[in-house]
Amino acid sequence: MDLVSIAVKSIFIENLALSLFLGMCTFLAVSKKIQTALGLGFAVFVVLAITVPVNNLIYKNLLQEGALSWAGLPNVDLSFLGLISYIGVIAALVQILEMFLDRFVPALYNALGIFLPLITVNCAILGASLFMVERDYNFTESLVYGASSGVGWALAIVALAGIREKLKYSDVPDGLQGLGITFITVGLMALGFLAFSGIQL
Amino acid sequence: MASEARKALFEPLFSNNPIALQILGICSALAVTTQLSVALIMCLALTSVLAFSNLSISLIRNHVPSSIRIIVQMTIIASLVIVVDQILKAYAFDVSKKLAVFVGLIITNCIVMGRAEAFAMKNGPWLSFLDGIGNGLGYSVILIIVGAVRELFGSGSLLGYQLLAPVSEGGWYLPNGLMLLSPSAFIIIGLTIWVIRSTYPEQVEEADFELQNAHNAPAHGGAR
Repeated sequence: MDLVSIAVKSIFIENLALSLFLGMCTFLAVSKKIQTALGLGFAVFVVLAITVPVNNLIYKNLLQEGALSWAGLPNVDLSFLGLISYIGVIAALVQILEMFLDRFVPALYNALGIFLPLITVNCAILGASLFMVERDYNFTESLVYGASSGVGWALAIVALAGIREKLKYSDVPDGLQGLGITFITVGLMALGFLAFSGIQL
Repeated sequence: MASEARKALFEPLFSNNPIALQILGICSALAVTTQLSVALIMCLALTSVLAFSNLSISLIRNHVPSSIRIIVQMTIIASLVIVVDQILKAYAFDVSKKLAVFVGLIITNCIVMGRAEAFAMKNGPWLSFLDGIGNGLGYSVILIIVGAVRELFGSGSLLGYQLLAPVSEGGWYLPNGLMLLSPSAFIIIGLTIWVIRSTYPEQVEEADFELQNAHNAPAHGGAR
């Protein structure tokens, strides 16, 4: 039951893109077409579902205060190294995933194209790992959290791409054209997602 | 030289603003702006990271093979962010609690990477340092505008001083709770971009499609 509520919470109520503003740069830049948005959304989902649990293992077994007691160092607290290790893990995993897909699943590799390397600097990925640490999830919880925040982010970007495809038929004032109107659209979408915050879990 | 330095420092403020024109670093711009004081600390943190990462990357730019430059930049930025994070935890613990994960997210803030890649790899240390400060200030301008509007209308105060007396304390102002929620940040930034682009019309983006005026188009069938 706990896992289900984590999933619902991270997909709808605390949507990474619309209520925590993570991954905004790519969210705004790569949402002009539904097709590309789907590809990027899927890539983010895969990377989140892998990196959050892996970072969880690293945090619990190496960095947390007292985590090194298995190595005979019970008083060592390495948590200040957190940031640099998480980003290292993310960069390395994205690289490995890229090589793996290139070798074994070339169709998916071609579909994801340039999005995979870009994901390293997507704040949604690092953000999810940091939230995982802050909320002290265990391994299973972090797996569910990573996967479902990925789903939430993908849902948001596909929805935005859908709206933007329709938006080209609208007469937008000059200064708002492009980035401006996209911000306001996202604002209205976020307003819609606020409705989910009434859900009691 | 002096004019170049001035350009590096002041151009990012309005005419080449990182958030409004370059679409960089939006993520953290929104989440930390419910209170002006928190937004100010965030600006300070980002500007210092940006200036020093630009400086150090520019210093070693001729010694780094281009194939591994991204990971080198990443390491420098991550180390600087760790320093800032530890300083905040030591001297401003309350604020660092409020900023939560967003200090850490400076690492993936595209402004830092973007300026390192676009400016510091090509220019000398002093100019890069100024460019870092300039872009940090450009980011700060937007954050301060958004933070001021959200705090003033959301809770009736600025920097914690009560300016509009709220109804709950016998005043007249009914705080607009929506301003403290996420959608308002998007809309305020959208409107700020509109203002900036109306002032600098050369920033206006081309529409992807030309809209035809239905009334002037040749009539079909004449059923009107």
